[in-house]
Amino acid sequence: MKRKFPKITVWRVIFAAILLSGLYATYLRVFYGLGGSTNLSDKFPWGLWIGFDVMCGVGLAAGGFTLVAIVHIFRIERYKPVLRPAILTAFLGYTLVVVGLLYDLGRPDRLWHPLVMWNPHSVMFEVAWCVTLYTTVLFLEFLPVVFEKFGWHKPLEWIHRISVPLMILGVLLSTLHQSSLGSLFLIVPEKLYPLWYTPILPLLFYVSSIAVGLAMTIFESWHSSRAFGRALELPLLASMGRVLAVVLSVYLWIRFLDMSHRHVFGLLALNRVETWLFALEILLMLVPALLLYQARVRMRPGALYACAVMVVFGFITNRLNVGTTGLEAGSGTHYIPRWSEVAVTLSIVAVGFAIFRAVAQYFPIFEAHSPEQAPVEMEEAEADAVAV
Amino acid sequence: MPKAILYDSTLCIGCRACEGACAERWGLPYNDKIAAEEVISAHKLTTIETHGDKFSRRLCMNCLQPACASVCPVGALQKTSLGPVVYDASKCMGCRYCMQACPFQVPTYEWSSRLPKMRKCDMCYERQSAGKVTACTEACPVGATKNGDRDALVAEARQRLAEKPDQYYQKIYGLTEVGGTSVLYLSAVPFEQIGLRTNVPQEPLPETTWRVLELVPDVVSTGSILLGGIWWITNRRAEVAKKEGRRR
Repeated sequence: MKRKFPKITVWRVIFAAILLSGLYATYLRVFYGLGGSTNLSDKFPWGLWIGFDVMCGVGLAAGGFTLVAIVHIFRIERYKPVLRPAILTAFLGYTLVVVGLLYDLGRPDRLWHPLVMWNPHSVMFEVAWCVTLYTTVLFLEFLPVVFEKFGWHKPLEWIHRISVPLMILGVLLSTLHQSSLGSLFLIVPEKLYPLWYTPILPLLFYVSSIAVGLAMTIFESWHSSRAFGRALELPLLASMGRVLAVVLSVYLWIRFLDMSHRHVFGLLALNRVETWLFALEILLMLVPALLLYQARVRMRPGALYACAVMVVFGFITNRLNVGTTGLEAGSGTHYIPRWSEVAVTLSIVAVGFAIFRAVAQYFPIFEAHSPEQAPVEMEEAEADAVAV
Repeated sequence: MPKAILYDSTLCIGCRACEGACAERWGLPYNDKIAAEEVISAHKLTTIETHGDKFSRRLCMNCLQPACASVCPVGALQKTSLGPVVYDASKCMGCRYCMQACPFQVPTYEWSSRLPKMRKCDMCYERQSAGKVTACTEACPVGATKNGDRDALVAEARQRLAEKPDQYYQKIYGLTEVGGTSVLYLSAVPFEQIGLRTNVPQEPLPETTWRVLELVPDVVSTGSILLGGIWWITNRRAEVAKKEGRRR
């Protein structure tokens, strides 16, 4: 690990400042309730903590199921080097989503209620079960890393035995969960701005989550290669970039078709904040899609990284548009998060980065843990396998 | 026979007696300052709104197919056969999906409480189950708010529209809005002029999410067979490749 003391200190100062403000915001949330810590109101009951912490948190964790499906179900094994970081991200992401929920729920002490009080007609009920079950699955998918680290062979064997049904269950739960976050908003046809409200919201949420899952994996690999001084798995990430371009194209094509069927293109002529946010969201998906089709972009780490970042931000913009800004006009109100909402959100993100870094440092996350790779695949992934 | 409330804006004199009776029924404070707040909130479950020289009343519509009850993950909200949509605060975990889902923005929240509850009118469920009329109906000095069987009230509303066609805008609000509500409105002017939302869908909202939710079993069954099948094929292929590689 290379140490640049001044740089790290700056980041540590920022990190500490974020955590301190988050701590004070937590105090406000606990002692003064949602009213004392958020700008939510009767007309605008969901804000940043749902729009970002939950909806983006779950989406950014989508690399977990995407790569599990790619590596273990479709058996495209050359993607294996990035599987573990993706599972770790997903596990951390889901854990932090639960933390975000503890802030957002009016009665966090009743987080467990949906598990015993059922209402299968509620999308939120489906969401609650998916969060619970998939967090458990991710924990189990992550356990082998812990067992390997401490050399516990018996439990490792045991967990390998159930790994296939576990992985299939994980992919199914993710499919349900990613799409159900879109279904949540099907109930507000008159509130959500027509650029976003569509009966196929669940499908759009699902496809875009696959895209952002891939983008996050590229994002992470790039950062961890810098943080830990590893060589970047460039050929691998480049091929992932190509898949990402295809997924983005599919997503944008579905959205285009949907919008033309709903005859909403006329809305784009209106000079409204929704129009600009929509344009931003689409551009942040369209530009990387076009760039990633070009091999010279994919093979340049900086450009590849920039594309991944654009996709992540495009995704976040989309989720915030559906979850907050797109609902403002229909709710007849304005919402700007209070500083304490932002502080909690930033703290959760910062803690996520810190835990990821710590786990990646002490556990075998980025090591080549698959000696039985086919020679052809070895060639393609050689840059990373040799370096690590 | 499901119960309903008929509110006739043309009869209402804006005396706010309904507000006071409602506050008393819920044990909430009521004074001039609260009376002046023309919005419903966790401490004011019904309100009279002034729209020029017209009055309007806001209260929970107690929809026939309520979005709030369908979205509640813990079933804290229930549509009773009597008509009212009732709330069990001991189940509520405070996700506030009911507030987001309600097309009339009725559910309100105790934002400043450490152990908050959702608050909304429940059409005096316990009074109505005991055969009494709602507190607001009892308090209304001019009969602008009337409580009774929904069918009878719809018939009465139609009769009023027919008898005095020049005094009424010829529609009943709540008859078909979101599939019908238990609170019905009559007005002299189009409903949006007295603050009612006229852009709400005419179909029941729970349908919008159920269309997707009912697919969950299909996704799970088809998905597990599909994924299992793909795994089986790729796994078999890998096994065969391994064996052939060894033989060579």
